[in-house]
Order: sequence, then structure tokens, then C-alpha cells
Amino acid sequence: MIAPADARQFTGGPAEFDIEADTVRRLVSELDRRYPGLGDWLDRRMAVAIDGEIHQDAWTSTLAPDSEVYFIPKIGGG
Amino acid sequence: MSDVLDRPDTDEGLKVVGTRPIRPDGADKVTGRALFGADLIMPGQLVGKVLRSPHAHARIVSIDAKKARALPGVKAIITGDDFPNLADEFHDGGEAASNLRDLAMNVMARDKALYDGHAVAAVAAISTAIADEALALINVKYEVLPHVIEVEAAMAADAPVLHPHMFTQGLDERPSLPSNIAKKNKLARGDLDAGFAEADVVVEARYETRAVHQGYIEPHACVASWAADGQCNVWSSSQGQFMVRTYCAKVLGLEISNIRVTPAEIGGGFGGKTTVYLEPLALALSRQSGHPVKMVMSREEVFRATGPTSGGVILVKLGAKSDGTLTAADVEMKFQAGAFAGSPVGGASMTALACYDIPNFRITGWDVVTNSPKVAAYRAPGAPISAFGVESAMDELARKLGIDPIELREKNGVKNGTKASYGPTFANIGYLETLAAIKNCAQYSEPLGPNQGRGVAAGFWFNVGGESTAAVHINEDGTAVVVTGNPDIGGSRASMAMMAAEVLGVSVEQVRPMVADTASIGFSMLTGGSRTTFATGMAVVQAAEKIVAELKRRAALIWDVPADQVSWANGAAICQDEAKGAAKPLTLAGLAAQSARTGGPISAQVSLNAQGAGPGFGVHVCDVEIDPETGHVTVLRYTAAQDVGKAIHPSYVEGQIQGGVAQGVGWALNEEYIFDRDGKMENAGFLDYRVPVASDLPMIGAILIEVANPRHPYGAKGVGEVPIVPPLAAVANAVSAAIGVRMRDLPLSPPKIRAALDAKAG
Repeated sequence: MIAPADARQFTGGPAEFDIEADTVRRLVSELDRRYPGLGDWLDRRMAVAIDGEIHQDAWTSTLAPDSEVYFIPKIGGG
Repeated sequence: MSDVLDRPDTDEGLKVVGTRPIRPDGADKVTGRALFGADLIMPGQLVGKVLRSPHAHARIVSIDAKKARALPGVKAIITGDDFPNLADEFHDGGEAASNLRDLAMNVMARDKALYDGHAVAAVAAISTAIADEALALINVKYEVLPHVIEVEAAMAADAPVLHPHMFTQGLDERPSLPSNIAKKNKLARGDLDAGFAEADVVVEARYETRAVHQGYIEPHACVASWAADGQCNVWSSSQGQFMVRTYCAKVLGLEISNIRVTPAEIGGGFGGKTTVYLEPLALALSRQSGHPVKMVMSREEVFRATGPTSGGVILVKLGAKSDGTLTAADVEMKFQAGAFAGSPVGGASMTALACYDIPNFRITGWDVVTNSPKVAAYRAPGAPISAFGVESAMDELARKLGIDPIELREKNGVKNGTKASYGPTFANIGYLETLAAIKNCAQYSEPLGPNQGRGVAAGFWFNVGGESTAAVHINEDGTAVVVTGNPDIGGSRASMAMMAAEVLGVSVEQVRPMVADTASIGFSMLTGGSRTTFATGMAVVQAAEKIVAELKRRAALIWDVPADQVSWANGAAICQDEAKGAAKPLTLAGLAAQSARTGGPISAQVSLNAQGAGPGFGVHVCDVEIDPETGHVTVLRYTAAQDVGKAIHPSYVEGQIQGGVAQGVGWALNEEYIFDRDGKMENAGFLDYRVPVASDLPMIGAILIEVANPRHPYGAKGVGEVPIVPPLAAVANAVSAAIGVRMRDLPLSPPKIRAALDAKAG
């Protein structure tokens, strides 16, 4: 998975990770375990693109073994 | 005018979706019966009015309201002291999270007035005349401070600082001094220097846009009532009654359960009604006075105190090989946020290069506070501004390379499997199809005359899903009611009724769509981001499917057969059990008539969080003619092609496209906030702030490209944002071609055209 550049405030540098998780919730929890505070920040500020599809507030969205997961800023509209 | 291309397989067997029935809200609107925000009158209601700062930046030294309070007929006066101080924290209330402290301070100023028009006090009185007189009696002492409105001036080290607590986020190191720069964001890929070194041709230019207003015809309006037991009711025109409820509760420190918000009919929003301005004031005035309070903004107040979108500076550098292959792009954008942080520069950054597959790029965005109204969302927030820069630069590049502008875009355009500039990999997109549609449309080969020019531009928007609730109720006679929590801005009543009718197998006239208040339907995010037909539509379809399942179960009960022996078609249950012989189908009306005997009322509700809204692309071509004597621009012809997924009601989709184009043309040619040297808006009215009217525009052609979104039952994608993205550049590229001078500073008003022609003539 790939986190945005702003995530460096938690990771100290890395923004791309290989993580074993089958849901967004488990992915975020694992990230928060590795980098305390990152999970909450991702939850509040970020949407997640799973294999190109944008999901927002999507703890239950499932991940395939080879899923590409991008965290991107939450999107609104007009 | 419309062409529908590439109908997806989902069209098979559709009877209602994709047709053009008469809109269910039409009769009320054309006969004046629809109730808009200003139409509600309550017994004992007072008139609420707002005192606004006459200064662009000033410390509020004191507010003396004694004389106003003594005026007969004045029932309440409020200032910033009547509201709790909220923490500096973000809260989800609308589509995206808002900073509650900033939201509350925008509703009513506290220590400082941060723009001309910022609310500093409000009164409630028994008449408008008395309320106006009371406002004049409130004595506010200001210490006027230096102000700054232009974005680059606000970024300067010696600029007057609006917020001493604001330190730029997103820098490698935390700065030591406060600044008007709220945030820097950055997207990058590849090796920028290597990309430009590889280029045979480079174009580099600076583009500018001005702040423009959403320009909805209906001003903000509400009525609020705070009862003695603490129960509050609000009726207001907004893009989301649940958003109004949440923000009022936060700003006033109330429990959400104590507020019920009823949506009025809405006379346009375009993103500008995704926040609150009057509602918390009306509630506070009602609490103090014990009466309902009605507040209606004047047009001048709408301009001075509600969100426009940002003015911006866009710096673009593009590199390409001689065959047109893009090798590198560097885009830097500086956006006015208005008085509080939160310009749409993030969206602008993510969309800037979204139409193109470029191996090396850097996109930098700056969010900058200024002494002007806090910006609010405006269709595809930020994207039209970045697209103006990038699509103008693409036009400049095409001319430099001698390549047709559509072919240049086709050569570099994104397709399924391309990694988007903002990260993820595209799927189920139709950008290349929209390019082909414009290349093949009649307008693109129409000959041009003297002083005429043609411009092309492309645009992108993500679209979103989100939380929605929908209920379907079957009436005793077999007709149906569809209830949602989304105000109908762009035709959602029609599309909801059509999708329900499709599932139920009945005519759309048998389904009545309703928009419910916050106590009568489950939570729904607001109507915005082009989410409603996608997300709420999904909830409607699922609720209707639950109804069909229940109807089949009841038919099975009547026929005394297993439920799996019943099918549903054309609005009736059909018995598949051969043992029953030729059992007559049970119609929806027949089943509804027997509902008491088969289990009671037939009703279903679905709440969901819709994911996977498909992104949309649009390509526009604009033909203009310039009057070289006056500099006036006439738009001769305009055609827009857009990937819409599936048009549920094609006329509404065409309307969305035509409306977006009209607003974009106004942004390109005429609209701008003009401030005097004291920072006061000089053109706060439609006489001086010129939006296009029907006579300014040709018939806008809309070509609907249907590349289905597999996440939606009928393939729908959001359609309301994309059409405002390309017009700024399409018009500017056409004007530049017509006069032979590159125009990079919007709006392209007659004086600017004349000045360019004069400069060209030497």
C-alpha cells in the first residue's frame, strides 16, 4: 500500500509498504501498530483507493492478496 | 441536442431507466407552489438581520448594543459572545471534514473581522424596518488592520497575518513564524529533470483566475424555532439537512437529537450550500427571543459573506518529444482560501494531470488565507482552475508542435490500466471515447470565419459515493413512495423514482419521490460531489429489491407455494409452480390490497455507504467570434462530450452538462470578485457581477458517452462536476486562436481583449 507524503510525519520517511490484511480496518490497524497515530490520521483524513476504486470510511472493504491500495485525501465535491 | 453513444449491456430490458419522463417536481416549480427557503411563515415569527463588518481586516474592540436593545420591537441581539468557543478540530458534517473552530468563527466573528461582510452581530425584531434600525444602533468599535487579498501578496513574508496561530503545514520543517500559508501539498512521480532533459519542446507559462461565486439564484434563507423545552426546528435551503443539523449542533453546543431540520426546496447550490451561515444565528436569536426567527440574505450579502471559490495562480511547464509524447510536467498552484484555511487546491492538485499519462511530474499546491470570504465548494472544487492552466498549456504545446489538440490529448490520454497522477490505477473509464466523440462531432470540422477561433479542453473529476438512506413504501393501492434524505438539486427525485419503478416493474408515474426531514429518514450525506444518483440511487434500488422479495414471499403465501416458485416481472408476481396450473399473476396493486392479511404494510429501508463511484471525463470544443472594435466575445458553438456511466434520465444529464458549461463560460469571460483598495467588494450584485444569461449562449450540444460503472446497478457515474472543468480553457483557447494572442488571465472581459489587440498592433 502507498500512503501520501504527509504520512511521513508518522513514518519518518517510508510511504510504501507490503502489508498482510484482508480488510481496510485490519490494514489501518497494522499501520497504526507500526506507526502509532498513523491509523487515526488515515481514518480521519484519507480515502482509500483499492485497485483503482475509491472507498471512503470503508473499514469493511475487502482486500485481495495482490490489491493495490492507495491512501488519498478524502474527496468532496460541489 | 444530444447523441447517446455506446449504450452498455445494462440497457437490455430496461423500461424506465434511460427514458425521459416529465420531472415529478416540475408542476410545483413552474406554478410557484414549491416552497423555497424564504417561503415558510410561522406564527409569531421575527425577522433576523445580520450586522456585517465594513472592514476587510479589523480587530473588534467593543460592541455596544444598548441602544439597539432599547428600541421597541427588538427581541434579541447576539454577538460572538453568544456562541461557545470550539476546539481546533475537524469534524465530518458535510462531504469532507470541516474545522469546527473556523466554521463557528465564520458564522460569527469573535475577536477579529476577517473580511468585508463578516458577521459581527445579529438582531431579531418584529419587522424588517425595526431590525434594520437596530443594526444601525449597534456601535462596533474597530481597530482597522492592514489587509491582503491577492494570493501571492498574502504569501509574502511581510504580509499582514490573519491568524497568529497558523504555521504552514506540509513543509519539511515546522516554520518558526506564523504565516498566511496554511498548507503546502505535493504530488510527484519519476525524475522531473530527466523528463525535461528528454523533451524536444518545452512550454512554460503563468495563468491566473479570479474568485468567482457559485451564483445560485436563491439566496440563503431559513426559519428556526427554539422551543422552551430545548427542541429545535430548522427549515432551510441547503444541500443537506443532516449537514445543517450537525453543524448547528456543533456551533451551538447542542445534542443532535434536539434538532430537526426540514429541507426546503433549493434554488441552486453548486457546492455553495454545503455549509451553514444563517441557521446557527437564527437558532441563537430564537433561543433568546422565544420566537421563531426567519432570516433571508440579500444578494449583496450572498456575494460578500458566502463562499465563492478561489482565485488562483497556476504555473505550468510541460515537456514533450517532437511526436507529442509528454515527458515531464511541473505544475505549481497558489489558491486563495478566503478568511480560513481550506481552499480546494488539494482537489486541483489531484486533478491537474489526471487526464494524462506522464512519467515524470511534480504538482505543488499552496493553500493561502486572505481577507476575503471563506471559499466554499463549487462544482468539481479546484479542478476548473488547475485545468485552465494545464489545458491552456496543452493547447500552447499543440500549437508549438503543430499537432491537432485532440490528437495530442489522445496520444497522452489515460485509459484503463493507466496509473492516475493521484495514485491509483484507472478502470472502467471513457476518456479516449470522449476525445473521439469531439473529434468526430460536426462542430469540430465546421469552417471558421474571420475573427473566429476554436478551442478544445478536457477535464476530470473523481465523483464520490458515501452514506445514504432510502425507504420505499407501497401504498394500499399499489402505488409507491420513495423517501430519501437528499435535497433535489439536479433531478434526483426523477432518477430515484425511475430506478425504483424499474425494479418494481411499474411506470414512473406510480412512484412518488419525497425528500424527508432529519427525523423521518436515516442519515444521508449531503447532495454534492455528484454522489446522489450513484449512492442514494443504490440505496433506492436495494430498498426496491427488498420490496420485490417481500412481494414474492407474500404471493407465495397466497398461492401456498415455496417462495422460490415465484418470480417478478412487469409489476406482478408470477407463479412458477406447475402444480398450480395457470395461476393468474398477482399484481402489485392486488398484493397491496391484501397486505393486512399477508403480514401488514409493505415497506423497506436501506442504509449503506456506497463505494466505488466511477471517475468521469469530459472533452469540450468551443467556437467564438471576437468583435475587434469592442473586445466582446460571442460564443458561436459549443459541444461537450462526457463519460456519464449510464444516463438514468438523459435530459437531466444533458442539463447538468449544459449548466456546467454555462457557469464555466461565465467564469472564463466575465465573472470576478472586484475589490476596492480597502478590500471591499465593489460588484456585489448581478448587475455588476455578470453571469451568462440565455441570450449570451448558443444551444450547448451534449454527447453522452456511456461506459458503465460496474459498481452501480444500472452503471451510473456522477455527472454534475465534470462539465464545469474544461470550459475555462476551452473558451480561452478559442479566444486566443481568434485574436492571435495567448490569453492567460481570466476573465477575458472586453477591456482585456481590447488591450491584447492593442498590444498586438503595437
